Amino acid sequence: MPASSNDEIRILTPSGMLGYGFPIDHFKLGLAQKPHAITIDSGSTDSGPQKLGLGEMTCSREAYLKDLEVLLEAQNEARVPLLISSAGGDGSNLHVDAFRDMIADIAHQRGWRFKLARIYADIDKDHIRRELRAGRVEPLGPVPPLDPAEIEAATVVVAQMGAEPFLKALDESEGVDVIVSGRAYDPSPTAAMAIRAGFDPALAWHMGKIMECGALCAEPVGRCVIGYLRRDHFEIEPLNPAERCTTASVAAHTLYEKTHPFLLAGPGGTLDLSNCKYEQVTDRRVRVSGSRFDPGRRYTVKLEGAKTAGWRSIFIAGARDPIFIDQIDSILDKVIAGARAYFSEVPEETYRIIPHIYGKNGVMGDLEPVKVPAHELCIIVEVAAATQALATAICGKLRTSLMHAPYPGRIATAGNLASPFTPLEIPLGQACEFNVYHLMTVDSPTALFPIKYEELA
Amino acid sequence: MTTAVPTPLRDIAKVVRSKNAGPFEITLDIIFKSKEDYEAVRKSGVITKELVSELYNVPTQAIITFGFFDLVNAVKITLPRPRTQGGVGETDMHAAQQHVPLQEIRIPWPAS
Repeated sequence: MPASSNDEIRILTPSGMLGYGFPIDHFKLGLAQKPHAITIDSGSTDSGPQKLGLGEMTCSREAYLKDLEVLLEAQNEARVPLLISSAGGDGSNLHVDAFRDMIADIAHQRGWRFKLARIYADIDKDHIRRELRAGRVEPLGPVPPLDPAEIEAATVVVAQMGAEPFLKALDESEGVDVIVSGRAYDPSPTAAMAIRAGFDPALAWHMGKIMECGALCAEPVGRCVIGYLRRDHFEIEPLNPAERCTTASVAAHTLYEKTHPFLLAGPGGTLDLSNCKYEQVTDRRVRVSGSRFDPGRRYTVKLEGAKTAGWRSIFIAGARDPIFIDQIDSILDKVIAGARAYFSEVPEETYRIIPHIYGKNGVMGDLEPVKVPAHELCIIVEVAAATQALATAICGKLRTSLMHAPYPGRIATAGNLASPFTPLEIPLGQACEFNVYHLMTVDSPTALFPIKYEELA
Repeated sequence: MTTAVPTPLRDIAKVVRSKNAGPFEITLDIIFKSKEDYEAVRKSGVITKELVSELYNVPTQAIITFGFFDLVNAVKITLPRPRTQGGVGETDMHAAQQHVPLQEIRIPWPAS
């Protein structure tokens, strides 16, 4: 592996999300720059609570295997650390082990050897309860205070680790090849590599923050990106020759999916970008300096958890008759009231009926400024109940009632709905809900994140 | 001199977008093509906390971030999500289509 000189460390990130695929020729252009590490994140809460709630992964096993094989081959040839964070999307222990097994399979098939470190991020519920009682757990943003019942209800609770567990794994095992971590703050792997080489943590975190999204900071947005971190600045460049980083695209990137454009809170402190300087070095490369990192008074980690919340079924139907469409709200009100009366033995508060009317306000709901419906509607009625069978039964009652509901002026007396699919009622399985999103103070940035080492061959 | 006409923000800005900022917040970005456009829209005084409050049915005191940020020629607005992301009743998992009321606001343009 190229020794990281005192002057520069180079980090290659092939994509903003493991499993989404990336162009191999651009990745190879990055490898030609002799990076000191390859980092890639696979975490996000963005596609929903079902990962934490039900143990699902963001991408299919096939998609992960495809990306992992390319990355492991590069690791095997270049012998630079490969750091993968937030395994499976939620970064639960279950998915750290799933990634480990995929890597073991590939190593076995290809005859490659890897020293692997696994860093876990599931947090013991008793520990959270104790810290809650001690007043060391607080809501993060517009979230209710943590109720002990919600800790119990959560399928699993993970915490976002900072750079320290990665540093520990790199230090403890001289020559670790691959690290697979549970839930991590997205920039942590990149920041850890740079901090370990003695570079300014503020620049390390800022560069990590940009690179965790791959080449999303480029115009047009892309996948593979390389960062060059030096003593008092870093430079960032996309690897696709058709993309470029501009001062505007890099500066604006920190707006993306963030609460605030310049103040980015993470484990152990806040990155402050309000005095950053962005300079165009080449057509395609931008230099950044002036990042600051303010360590907080206390070290906090973000807890994330989700619970299951009943079972859902839906039906999907079209409507085209303008006489019907004009009265959709009042017709639906009557149909829902009828279904509730029909299921009077089921306590009303134990199930929910939610119509989604596309062509009217399906996307924006009450915030929809356009009040005139379109010439055709897509009606999706969502039912959440205590069991799948009940959700489907209520859904079926609603569909048949809506199909045959009489309404003033009706001349199409054979049916009100155009149904595209069977089954006419579609069971969706369990619904999930984020119920833990809190900051917890910790005494040690590493104690909650145990590490396991092994040799794969 | 051209007379200013009420022009939708979508015809002026380079980017108007919405997205989750975590499962409990939605964030809206307006990014301008140039410092001049950014300054002109700021000076128009159309984009205010009160306007956001009305468009998104959120009390002004509940707005988490609202600001014009010179370094990036952008307006950033962060609001509590109307419902927790991905739960029962979700209409927009990624909150990626909640920008439309904002892009339809009218700014007197060109600014004098």
